[in-house]
Amino acid sequence: MSILEVKGLGISFGGLRAVNDVSFAVKPGEIVSVIGPNGAGKTTLFNMISGVYMPGVGQVFLEGQDITARAPYLLARQGLTRTFQNLQIFQEMTVLENVIAGFHLTERGPIWADLLSWPSARKRAGEVRNGAYELLTRVRLEKAAEEEAGNLSYGALKRLEIARALAMSPKVLLLDEPAAGCNAVETEEIDALIAELAASGIAILLVEHDMKMVMRISNHIVVLDHGEKIAEGTPTEVSRNPDVIAAYLGSEEETAHADG
Amino acid sequence: MDALMQFIFSGLTVGAVYALVALGFTIIYNASDVVNFAQGEFVMLGGMITVFTFEAGLPLPLAALIAIFVTSAVGVALNKLAIEPARGAPVVSLIIITIGASIFIRGAAQIVFDKQLHRLPSFSGDEPIHMLGATILPQSLWVIGGALLVFVGLYLFFTRTLTGKAVLATANNRLAAQLVGINTGFMMTLSFALSAAIGALAGVLVTPITLVGYDIGVALALKGFAAAMLGGMGNPKGALAGGLLLGLFEALTAGYISSQYKEAVAFIVILAVLFVMPQGIFGEKKTERV
Repeated sequence: MSILEVKGLGISFGGLRAVNDVSFAVKPGEIVSVIGPNGAGKTTLFNMISGVYMPGVGQVFLEGQDITARAPYLLARQGLTRTFQNLQIFQEMTVLENVIAGFHLTERGPIWADLLSWPSARKRAGEVRNGAYELLTRVRLEKAAEEEAGNLSYGALKRLEIARALAMSPKVLLLDEPAAGCNAVETEEIDALIAELAASGIAILLVEHDMKMVMRISNHIVVLDHGEKIAEGTPTEVSRNPDVIAAYLGSEEETAHADG
Repeated sequence: MDALMQFIFSGLTVGAVYALVALGFTIIYNASDVVNFAQGEFVMLGGMITVFTFEAGLPLPLAALIAIFVTSAVGVALNKLAIEPARGAPVVSLIIITIGASIFIRGAAQIVFDKQLHRLPSFSGDEPIHMLGATILPQSLWVIGGALLVFVGLYLFFTRTLTGKAVLATANNRLAAQLVGINTGFMMTLSFALSAAIGALAGVLVTPITLVGYDIGVALALKGFAAAMLGGMGNPKGALAGGLLLGLFEALTAGYISSQYKEAVAFIVILAVLFVMPQGIFGEKKTERV
């Protein structure tokens, strides 16, 4: 039974079909990657699934429930969250506070207890702090906990965004190029982290340009080109698919033309 | 010496009003980066509605509550009808919208109420209290106390409660706030309601001293803005300190130089802050990362 299902999703920007009739499904604990050349519509697809854009056509289902075009904050409450290619971090908060913000949904208590700093409120805050620390350790950022987030390196911020997403105990996690701009060591770390998350039962949808990483960790790959799904299957199936090769390397004629 | 003390008392009283206006600026600025120039109109509405409901025969506390409540509703309406539809517009456009809203509210007040100046009776008599060789009106203590109370309340709200922190998170990064499940639209509405309520409270408290008319908002917005700039835009501590300081500057200028220069103080403060320390007293230097 799939937890996330995308059916015939499409959107146009001023007459240009950015994404057209894309369908696929993700099961709990599965890593599904969306790949395709630049401008294929991968991020647009992500934006539609996560409620940032309103799809022109098609539907998105989370645990069988229609969640099409639902606002991101509602999706977060239902267990679907994401990271962004260009990072959405609370720059002026510390690293730890960023993750604490992720616990925002589970932290809720009576407002008077918070205002008067009652023991129950302090206990709750303490638990959240510990939880946030644990997550930071998991993404190896525990040493930077008290630093202002804006001062971190790009690779570290990528991991911070993942830690913050995990604070919500998501069922589905959308990762938009988590390894972009990371060095080889960082990429391997993120690689291991994603595999670990999937093993814990989270359904992962991934957009990534690092093909080695995609081939290594994905259970299933969806290939987009010019907004259309041109292939899907296991890494081996996809890498042998002639359409995919053509999309990435140019078609036979074009290659021939280039040769001539 | 006695004269100095007297100037300080009157400066703190006016300053407390500026501080309340500046706090109102701070809340909306924090939630949306918008400087809401209709903030002065909230003060005017607070005073005017109280006067009219009071004269209609309601007890003063009830009249004040109604005024605060109705003004909050106006604040929410301002957000829903003018700011929210323009979401995505540059901040400068949003600021101009608030100027338009302030003109509209002033015009409406002129029609709904009238063009006269009105006053309210003081809350606890007009018998001056002798203190430190000078005198202070009981109403001044109400104003100063009100400002301090609002400040402490806001401080606790923003540092301790989840909703307060959610407002700050919304200001910091709207998209990231949505990702962690914060209803950012609601946080905006809440900010406008809160900010309008604080403005209205200032109007209620100060009307027995300074009188209220449909057009008092412009000067108050300008001075509250100067106070917020002086303290550091977006910082509640700065709003309080900036308000009180500006009030003191004005009172001392009026007392020792000439009361004719009093009105110029706010402008001089704005210019000086922009030239010398644009981040204000408590503001942090901001660096944009590209």
